[in-house]
Amino acid sequence: MSISAFDALIAADQKIEHQDQMPDGYRESLIRQIAQHAHSEIMGMQPEAAWIGRAPSLARKAVLIAKVQDEAGHGLYLYAVAETLGARREDLLDALHEGRQKYLSFINYPTLTWADVGALAWLTDGAAVVNQVSLCRTSYGPYARALVRICREESFHHRQGFDLLLALSRGTPEQRRELQEAVERWWWPALAMFGPADSRSTHSASSMAWRIKRASNDELRQRFVDLCVPQAEALGVRLPDPALRWNAERGHHDFTPPDYDELMRVVAGDGPRNRQRLAHRRRAHEEGAWVREAAAAHAAKQAARQSAATGALEDTAQEALAQEIDAVEEEWPLWEVFVRPRRGLGHTHAGSLRAPDAAVALHSARDLYTRREEGVSLWVVPSRSMTSSDPDLKDAYFAPAADKQYRHASSFPPPEGVEGL
Amino acid sequence: MTALFDYLLGLGDDALVAAQRTAEWCARAPQLEEEVALANVALDQLGQARAFLTYAADLEGAGRDEDALAFLRDEHEFRNVQLVELPNGDFATTVAKTLLLAAYQNLLYTRLAQVAEPRLAGIAAKAAKESAFHVSYASVWTVRLGDGTPLSHRRMRDAVEEVWPYTHELFEPWAAPEAGLDPAALRGPWLEVVGRVLGEATLTRPPDGWAATGGRAGRHTEWFGPLLAEMQYVHRAHVGARW
Ligand SMILES: [Fe+2]
Ligand SMILES: [Fe+2]
Repeated sequence: MSISAFDALIAADQKIEHQDQMPDGYRESLIRQIAQHAHSEIMGMQPEAAWIGRAPSLARKAVLIAKVQDEAGHGLYLYAVAETLGARREDLLDALHEGRQKYLSFINYPTLTWADVGALAWLTDGAAVVNQVSLCRTSYGPYARALVRICREESFHHRQGFDLLLALSRGTPEQRRELQEAVERWWWPALAMFGPADSRSTHSASSMAWRIKRASNDELRQRFVDLCVPQAEALGVRLPDPALRWNAERGHHDFTPPDYDELMRVVAGDGPRNRQRLAHRRRAHEEGAWVREAAAAHAAKQAARQSAATGALEDTAQEALAQEIDAVEEEWPLWEVFVRPRRGLGHTHAGSLRAPDAAVALHSARDLYTRREEGVSLWVVPSRSMTSSDPDLKDAYFAPAADKQYRHASSFPPPEGVEGL
Repeated sequence: MTALFDYLLGLGDDALVAAQRTAEWCARAPQLEEEVALANVALDQLGQARAFLTYAADLEGAGRDEDALAFLRDEHEFRNVQLVELPNGDFATTVAKTLLLAAYQNLLYTRLAQVAEPRLAGIAAKAAKESAFHVSYASVWTVRLGDGTPLSHRRMRDAVEEVWPYTHELFEPWAAPEAGLDPAALRGPWLEVVGRVLGEATLTRPPDGWAATGGRAGRHTEWFGPLLAEMQYVHRAHVGARW
């Protein structure tokens, strides 16, 4: 497939798939955006995970664990999408840990009270829903498919946050005070999630042209504000913007934009919690290294035992095995996951994950792709074992079928009154 | 209160405290896939805790609910074994705790699923499936760490040795007539399950020496107070509030 074919697909609002040829800029923009999205999912676990231990009811504790778990899952789905573009998760994580790639700025603000857990979810997951519902129509197929799944889960996050706040709004004066203060803290970081104003955004124009992004920062921010105002009323909280009012002429609310200088500063690393969040993330990664190495070493031993059991290996096979062991040690290999949604249906591709061996891959696949009753059976296949038809031969393979309409029963309408055909 | 109430507290408290500890891994697991896996274990444990504690509260009929039992009891009123209070330590310690607890819970729940008391049997039947997965998950990791690198082997061995003395409490005499079960009878099958996994992990079963005891009677370790302090303080700071 050529670049002109790419342009034609974009113009026809068709999806681009991972083996299609694409302009370098398109690939780079996608990787940048998906990496930043994935990093935000996993960094965003921290301000909420901090409250799991203190959740004031068992029901809320369960919901919060499930939500933070979802965010890890979102990170995984998105890193898997980046893999389809040739960006390895390990490299992206390095870029995050070294500060070369960014994540959303709201994560660098503290969660001071239980009400912050609700306000963060209502506002920032709410903003994420607005943003990502628009992104579900993105031109890159694997990203669009991951987003459909993510959006469904984000709307659970959004609603549980609102529900948590609703309980506070009907509670004691102390609970209502915490509610009001938390909403004041999270309003501005949530508005900033839509990025800089369109007039200041550096990447927006090309991302729009390639249909990676489907709506501008300012359009989405406006949509978000319009949605929040009646919800805030239902909660009985004041949004902390004196300029916020309905503008009948525009059919939208007027509001004060977030402080873009602060946004730039926090994204660049100079916010209230940047240093701690990144240090925490790095520490978890470094402290996990021995576990990842152990699993890789075990997989290598298993492979060596298996080949020993099947007899002495040719030199070339020995070499291939040694290479494979090196590769597992460097990074767990990629597996494709297929799920049978229910009895009677075939297994369909759900996504991918990294695992040192098949047993771990199956366990992870179960938690990642079937935790909402999505399946009754799983297949995991090493990604390198998949053979795909050549996208450049797409026409040679699939076009000739188009002019053989005589293969279809519908080409032979029976005369009226004749049945059983 | 009845023996069944006390028994349900024990089952619920084991699961609740285990959930509280497992969930401490959120946002610090060794690999993203393990974030999702550990959170699932925590959610299963928490779900079991809520079912047992709600049953206990209903049985008591004194107007308490699962939250009153979880957040408003003091240390000495908790009936969990000390095993679940132990700090998480490194990933190997958590894997060891999970394996040794889940192997016991799975045997226990499987038997409780057969008892005549329908509500107890119903909760146990569901929990048995969950704990079976926990055994499988923890076994996979025990084997990979035990038979991985020299460093991981050492850590897995140390972890099993550290946790082992706390497993004896699981098999102390403690039951309600409704359960009709002597925990001591579970130790044989438990040793079989655990021994098989340790063997595959190139580890040996530690010798039986000092044995922790007292959790079922409300005597706990020095780590338990801080765990409860964290878990209970928001709830207790807002007296009578609803969440
Ligand atoms: Fe998310
Ligand atoms: Fe979310």
